[in-house]
Amino acid sequence: MVSEAGRGIGSNVLEYSGLQRITGPLIVIEGIRDVGFGERVEIVTSRGAIRQGRVLAISEKAAVVEVFHGTSGLDQENTRVRFMGRPFEIVVSRQEVLGRIFNGLGMPLDGGPLPFRGEARNVNGLAINPVAREYPEDFIQTGISTIDGMNTLVRGQKLPIFSGSGLPHNDLAIQIVRQARILSEQSSFAVIFAAMGVRHDEAEAFRLSFEESGVLNNVAMFLNLADDPAVERLITPRVALTAAEYLAFEEGMHVLVVLTDMTNYCEALREVATSKGEVPSRKGYPGYLYSDLASIYERAGRIKGLDGSVTQIPILTMPDDDITHPIPDLTGYITEGQIVLDRSLHQKGIYPPVNVLPSLSRLMSDGIGEGKTREDHRDISSQLYAAYARSKQVERLASIIGEEDLGVTDKKYFEFSRAFERDFVGQGKDEDRAIEDSLDLGWRLALMLPEEELVRVTREELEKYGKTAGIRHQE
Amino acid sequence: MDGSNSSAAPAVTYVSGPVVKATGGHRLSMNEMVEVGEERLTGEVIGLDGGTATIQVYEDTTGLKPGAEIKGQGMPLYAELGPGLVGQIFDGIQRPLAELRERWGDFVRRGKAGTALSRERVWDFKPVVKAGQSVSQGEVLGTVQETEAMLHRVLCPPGISGVLSKIASPGPLTLEDKVAVVESDSGRDIEIGLFHRWPVRQPRPYGRRLMPSEPLLTGQRVIDTFFPIAKGGTAAIPGGFGTGKTITQHQLSKWADADVIVYIGCGERGNEMTGVLTDFPQLLDPKNRRPLIERTVLIANTSDMPVAAREASIYTGITMAEYFRDQGYDVALMADSTSRWAEALREISGRLEEMPAEEGFPAYLATRLAAFYERAGQVKTLSGSSGSVSIIGAVSPPGGDFSEPVTMHTKRFVQCFWALDKELASARYFPAINYLQSYSAYVEAVSEWWKGQTGPEWMELRHEAVEILQEDAKLQNIVKLLGEDALPDDQRMILEGARMIKNDFLQQSAFDPVDTYCLPRKQFMLLKLIIHFITRLGDVVESRIPLFRAMELPVVEEIHRAKYSISDDEVTRFDELLQAVDEQVDALVSRSREAGDGV
Repeated sequence: MVSEAGRGIGSNVLEYSGLQRITGPLIVIEGIRDVGFGERVEIVTSRGAIRQGRVLAISEKAAVVEVFHGTSGLDQENTRVRFMGRPFEIVVSRQEVLGRIFNGLGMPLDGGPLPFRGEARNVNGLAINPVAREYPEDFIQTGISTIDGMNTLVRGQKLPIFSGSGLPHNDLAIQIVRQARILSEQSSFAVIFAAMGVRHDEAEAFRLSFEESGVLNNVAMFLNLADDPAVERLITPRVALTAAEYLAFEEGMHVLVVLTDMTNYCEALREVATSKGEVPSRKGYPGYLYSDLASIYERAGRIKGLDGSVTQIPILTMPDDDITHPIPDLTGYITEGQIVLDRSLHQKGIYPPVNVLPSLSRLMSDGIGEGKTREDHRDISSQLYAAYARSKQVERLASIIGEEDLGVTDKKYFEFSRAFERDFVGQGKDEDRAIEDSLDLGWRLALMLPEEELVRVTREELEKYGKTAGIRHQE
Repeated sequence: MDGSNSSAAPAVTYVSGPVVKATGGHRLSMNEMVEVGEERLTGEVIGLDGGTATIQVYEDTTGLKPGAEIKGQGMPLYAELGPGLVGQIFDGIQRPLAELRERWGDFVRRGKAGTALSRERVWDFKPVVKAGQSVSQGEVLGTVQETEAMLHRVLCPPGISGVLSKIASPGPLTLEDKVAVVESDSGRDIEIGLFHRWPVRQPRPYGRRLMPSEPLLTGQRVIDTFFPIAKGGTAAIPGGFGTGKTITQHQLSKWADADVIVYIGCGERGNEMTGVLTDFPQLLDPKNRRPLIERTVLIANTSDMPVAAREASIYTGITMAEYFRDQGYDVALMADSTSRWAEALREISGRLEEMPAEEGFPAYLATRLAAFYERAGQVKTLSGSSGSVSIIGAVSPPGGDFSEPVTMHTKRFVQCFWALDKELASARYFPAINYLQSYSAYVEAVSEWWKGQTGPEWMELRHEAVEILQEDAKLQNIVKLLGEDALPDDQRMILEGARMIKNDFLQQSAFDPVDTYCLPRKQFMLLKLIIHFITRLGDVVESRIPLFRAMELPVVEEIHRAKYSISDDEVTRFDELLQAVDEQVDALVSRSREAGDGV
């Protein structure tokens, strides 16, 4: 039933026909030889259509292959399988990638040709040697106060947005992409957009916004949409990051990569793991979810002696808004912080509904301060955190004893909380705030509290920046 | 089943990620190190069943085919131990990452890449023994200056003793040269080089264990004063993401008063290792003013490097730590994070289709954890000097839930538990060590040391501070319901006092040049000052003076600022502040008496 058709196409390609078994997205081919682990596979259906796949396990007699477009419609007898002799690769060059739209496997969707100039690159990439990494410390101004002021993004960072379904994470991502600029210089930049299982209208909204802001020629989109096969999602971020690494480290560009929605990616991973019959760990996700996610997120950073950088903004929706769910949980352990969106802020009509308390940027302390943003940045930010945390406790108290019965200081905190959410967190979708404006705004809000409550800032800072923030605002 | 080809060279029959099966198992032994395929990928035999060997490969197996040849190395997975470790960064199986970069560029490729320790570097050897002398295992044969801060003692390797028939004369040597020849009791000549190999999964021998008695000072007040760790002790730092595990580990590796630091980045971020590599050459050790990198060995298996090598990285690290211990040094080992190591165990176990226990972890998780932490300790070495290995392991519980298997089991085997708290972290209160959940079993053991170094009332002060914090925690439950204003002044006094301990003592900034490190004497005086002020608050309340009057005294502001404004060598200024507390409180009390009643 299984027969070897010989080396038909290229020198390394081996073609077989007939499948031993089909389960979920997996097929088993017997009687093969000289096939390597992780090798790329093309599956030719009885109608002649080609699907992509990858070798998941290999023994002397048989190979287990994961089919990216799903196994629906495959039959056991007439399906032909080509082992390509190489891992999954894409060809990238600057001219043939930017300004283009591809599917989740890197095939053109815009009617243009398949990129052929340049070197073929393994989509799995390689780990950056920690010795070769340059520590990220260049401030990126996003124009959003909660990010610039309190969870600063730096070049080469991976900073995800933790969202929930129905929250405006896409608007926030679009605003970041549109407004993000590095203070010191205006260098060549590119945006890589990878969609995994998102709806057509969401992808279209991103494309439109790129077009409106006139950056479309610097954008490459890799789209695996909601109705595309789920297994294909496993390769999409890797294809996109391979292109990003090329642009950053070969072409010297600053690349911002938006990956949305990582939750869909993880579900696809769980689906494949389950059909392989693997032992599940938490909530049915495979035990290697952490390493697998790390192999995506760690592909961000800077390299010594090279100009470019890869900055990642992955977006994920927390199932049931639960931050302890394995997907946000493991992501948070790998990424350098997180921006957390909050449903109750959203319901209060505040955009962007960033809850600063669980949000964090681990690289913030190295990207701010004198010469980068402003010398008072660290302390005023820390003060706002402390004050907002305290004001949330006061709010809880007020909900029990009533606002009227609060003490004098507590009342001030209560007012601070509202003003902070309305003025500092809240801003327009087109509002692009300079970092100085965000910091001054922070000072004006902090000074709603009695001075002796401001223990995280120094007297000097208070005099130099705090007392004058209002004046600068008037001007 | 493969009896017929038991004599044939072992060859791959099956590949699934890092797990490879092979024929020719009869020619391999359990835990033997092997090289797989043309690229000579490093692996280890983890199972033998008839002629079939199961091999865990420490590198990416993409492209590996059935039929690829396997070469046994004749010994278990080992580490090279000798001069050239300090200041270097290795991957989980001790490949030198700096050299890898020179050879292959900015990305880590797989396969064999030279040796762990440089064979070219020249070391200036100074013998301390003479030919004809009899030497025993673990004895110091000579020294080389490894870095300015580190004198490397060349040891007679474990298992070798006899009469020294030759010893190299003072002068330059490389790792290829021989240092000594020992004639063993059986009359065999054994050559000794500057380095030797040791199987990483096997603890190195020592003379006997000692009881821990001296604190491993970290310069972090919440640790040193509240939850101290002893030299040779074990500690765990559990915490959800963003609670500051890594910052704490970095602070400890910067300021711990050990002679050697072994830092294992186990399944963590690449940028964090880069951060250490960038910072440590610039930061100075407070003891000898030498760059910290000169006493540090780094092991990096970042989260995107192969999982199997993550499992090995912990053992590679602890073996190096024991090697420095055997030279008579105090070593502190930081493992960030042991949870990633446990997950690597789980992943390999899953691929071997073993029966899982809790949450998919293998049933032997607890045994492995125990065996790892048991390699810590203060010992008399084989040569009679004293050395120690302290282990500080970070734990990353999923969802920050401390009831998960890795945290639970770790808790059974460590003596210090520094629980990090999400709520403290989100208010940017660092170090976010929860003072109610954390504990240390070494308080008694190190109290004598502290009393001798600071003052006889150390234990009492500490006890009072803890009591105030516990009382505060009880009162906070009422505050949550009624607000602070509802409490009488004698209870608000506790709240104010606890706030002072929390903000002005426990909270410590890693980024402030003065506050990042705090000597024991300053810790003691600062706590004494705060406790003294709280005691005097009692007098104020007793005199029926409103509490806020006392909190408005100018000295309060000075107490708030003391941790930043008073450096380690100005501790006498605390005496002035203690006096100022008394003067100002006395003045307040007598003013109110003159006024007749409460102000």
